[in-house]
Amino acid sequence: MATETQEVAGGAESAGMPQLDITTFPNQIFWLLVTLVVIYLILTRVALPRIGAVLAERKGTITNDLAAAEELKQKAVQAEKAYNDALARARAEAAKIVAEAKAAIQANLDVEIAKADAEIGAKAAESERLIGEIRATALENVTLVANEAAADIVAAFGGHADTATVTDAVSARLKG
Amino acid sequence: MATEAETGGFAIHPMDQFIVKPLFGDGPVQWYTVTNVTLWLALTVLAIAALLVLGTSRRAIVPSRSQSVAELLYGFVYNMVEEVTGHDGVKYFPYVMTLFLFILFANLLGLLPMSFTTTSHVAVTVTLALLVFVGVTVLGFIKNGVGFLGMFWVTSAPLALRPVLAVIEVISYFVRPVSHSIRLAGNLMAGHAVIKVFAGFASMAILSPVAIGAVTAIYGLELLVAVVQAYVFTILTCVYLRDAVGGAHH
Repeated sequence: MATETQEVAGGAESAGMPQLDITTFPNQIFWLLVTLVVIYLILTRVALPRIGAVLAERKGTITNDLAAAEELKQKAVQAEKAYNDALARARAEAAKIVAEAKAAIQANLDVEIAKADAEIGAKAAESERLIGEIRATALENVTLVANEAAADIVAAFGGHADTATVTDAVSARLKG
Repeated sequence: MATEAETGGFAIHPMDQFIVKPLFGDGPVQWYTVTNVTLWLALTVLAIAALLVLGTSRRAIVPSRSQSVAELLYGFVYNMVEEVTGHDGVKYFPYVMTLFLFILFANLLGLLPMSFTTTSHVAVTVTLALLVFVGVTVLGFIKNGVGFLGMFWVTSAPLALRPVLAVIEVISYFVRPVSHSIRLAGNLMAGHAVIKVFAGFASMAILSPVAIGAVTAIYGLELLVAVVQAYVFTILTCVYLRDAVGGAHH
């Protein structure tokens, strides 16, 4: 029955295009209008406000986040500046302390060196004195030993030497 | 209904896919009959609802894939309306969006095998085009009064030419819905018919590799056509809307 209708309708147009079968037009137009109204209602009641809200919300969030990021960046810059300042101050402080320490050490050193010099001077003088003493004693001893040795030698040669002559001779020799 | 050439005993019926028939039982197609048209229109509605309502149901700040697509479509059409019709046209955005989504989804659903392409019928596209045409004309007169007719009086042209131009402008104005609707229906019908013809050739063993390759290639082309035609219909709607909204002069 339906096919017959279409055959008749299709037969009317030589090309047989179902698009030109006007018996189906009211049906198509009716359902199309229903469809469009339903889509329009779905869009305006639910979909479009929702998507619009989401997009607006996202835009707001992004703007806020960017502002927050900018603020944080400023803070970071300030923190870096403060850090650098503190660093510079600390360096200056350290340099000062080092200089003070150096000065103190130098002063101590000078004092110690002076003391050590003095001690060394004292010790040297003492040593010189001792050396002088030892030398004198040694000379005396040498004279004594030389006298005795000379007297013994003279005696050994069979001579007789009186002490005064030997002593004079030895001291004359020693003075040389 | 075998209208195309019959090759080697193979009957190819490229136009059979466009036949409107009742979904349940046989009988004449009354205006209220539930037909395959009704089915595919309903599927179009469901597809749109699935993407734009279910897809966005989480309202995520960081969107899911489906929400991303829905937002993309929203932004695309919104920007088009705003750019073409100007700021005053934005309040007609829901209507334009309705048209765009309907045509886009009807075109894409029509590319499913065994489906029925509602937008390949002139009854559908002419209705759509007339809705736009009548809507824009009525809106133009409401917004601009008789001044809307100034659109046909080209003041930038020499006075002697103006009557001639007015006639041309009036004719072109009334041709708008024709080109607007036939373009859409014609593109889709031709593409689908060609695919069907090649599919018919695929039943011949010698030709089948070529035919299947051709079907694949044309399918890709049709995918492009489906989207582009939806875009073209929508942007033309915006252009017509600008005449009504943005004053009579352009």
